[in-house]
Amino acid sequence: MHIIESGNVAAATGVKLARAQVIAAYPITPQTPLTEKLSEFVESGELKAEYIPVESEHSAMAVCIAASSAGTRAFTATSANGLLYMAEQLHWAVGARLPIVMCVANRGIGAPWTVWNDQQDSMSQRDVGWIQIYANDHQQIIDSVIKAFRLAQTVSIPVMVCYDGYILSHTYMPFDQPDQTKVDAFLPPFTSKHFLDPENPGNFNTVTLPDVRPDLEGTLAPGYMEIRHNLHEDLRASIETFVEIDRDFEREFGRGGCPLIEKYQCDDADYIAVCIGSLSYHLRDVIDTMRQRDVKVGVMGVQMYRPFPDKAVAEALVGKKCAIVFEKALSYGNQGTLYADIKSALYTHETKPYVHNYILGLGGREIKTQQLLDALTESCTSPEMIEDTPRWIGLKL
Amino acid sequence: MTSRTFCDKISRSKPGPGDGGNTGSWRVLRPVINLEACIPAKRNKKACFHCWLYCPDSVVSKTIPPVINYAYCKGCGICAEECPADAISMVDEATHTVEEK
Repeated sequence: MHIIESGNVAAATGVKLARAQVIAAYPITPQTPLTEKLSEFVESGELKAEYIPVESEHSAMAVCIAASSAGTRAFTATSANGLLYMAEQLHWAVGARLPIVMCVANRGIGAPWTVWNDQQDSMSQRDVGWIQIYANDHQQIIDSVIKAFRLAQTVSIPVMVCYDGYILSHTYMPFDQPDQTKVDAFLPPFTSKHFLDPENPGNFNTVTLPDVRPDLEGTLAPGYMEIRHNLHEDLRASIETFVEIDRDFEREFGRGGCPLIEKYQCDDADYIAVCIGSLSYHLRDVIDTMRQRDVKVGVMGVQMYRPFPDKAVAEALVGKKCAIVFEKALSYGNQGTLYADIKSALYTHETKPYVHNYILGLGGREIKTQQLLDALTESCTSPEMIEDTPRWIGLKL
Repeated sequence: MTSRTFCDKISRSKPGPGDGGNTGSWRVLRPVINLEACIPAKRNKKACFHCWLYCPDSVVSKTIPPVINYAYCKGCGICAEECPADAISMVDEATHTVEEK
């Protein structure tokens, strides 16, 4: 069924279709309408879940950790400073290998106070160990939420589904709402590999000593490093697992096919714009204009950012003349985070494209099509002339 | 599908004394049971056992009399706090060691 709704409602509808059992969230702009919609679903009985109002984001994640430890499907959502407030619990959730799903409506971080969109919030949490998926439109939001639950429970790693605040969270767009029966088939009820079971009591995540040591039964128990190594290896394997899940989704619902990166006009391109989130669809207009001027340029949106699909990225970029990375976040004092990751993915390849970095749209600064056109034109005209340092678009000094 | 078994290594163990190592060495105060006041010891009945019930490290036995396993007891004092007969006193480990000599 096609409906016209906001990105936040697309996310909430995905959570409802996924039959989340416990929802704990604290409202924060621009995520608020998502949690409001979920509480409506629970109140009306459309979604049979426990909705637990909490006094902070830290508590929201703590409730999700407890609910997920008990073996239920848990969900929360946040933005910006709210995400940072739960940072300590984010590490716990992934270290405990809990299949929680969280939406992040991307927003800039204070200070100075801002409520508008950029991606510094989730980017700053990229090294936590959570899987990060970015949606580019409303259809991708609802689909990604459903896929995220399946991915999380398959690999026992929590998943963030991120989408641009306002640009997606508050705008209305038509999208297909999948049938409940089909979603149920795609996402069956699950039993956690490890959960709190009174019939089989256990200690979870107690003090783990630096070295391995035998447990009470004399079996060698993994130490901190073994457990963390296992998380890393599972994350790397999650790339392929997500591709498989996306394939299943495509078979069932007829959509998908680009779980890791989404390419537009890339095959014959000499130059490729790279970015994360809704900006990659904005850039398609610019690509179309440049194509009319016979510039062979395409755009690649990075859909899965952690684990980083370095092989797919390198495959898409090796042999091109230049990759131009547009970012709404950066690693302050260094460069754009995606830019650094793109360069790292290309490093071992003999023929590398030039890689440029543009920072734009921080704190909701308007991104004008002409600015994108100018930046891309400059990068495509003389790729060798541009320095290996971030250039800021729309900066008024 | 990928053949990998996910989440193969986590921190999970069976509850029981000694799961956290020889935690008895952490102890500063030692719980000592006065058997003349201890309810199960005094009445020779399986009764009370608050110390056994409340011990967070499961190091108190449910026996007559209750016995504390000092190899793992961290000396938290919860048993002394919970004992309805005030039969458990927390004795300074240093004093105790001197007395033993």
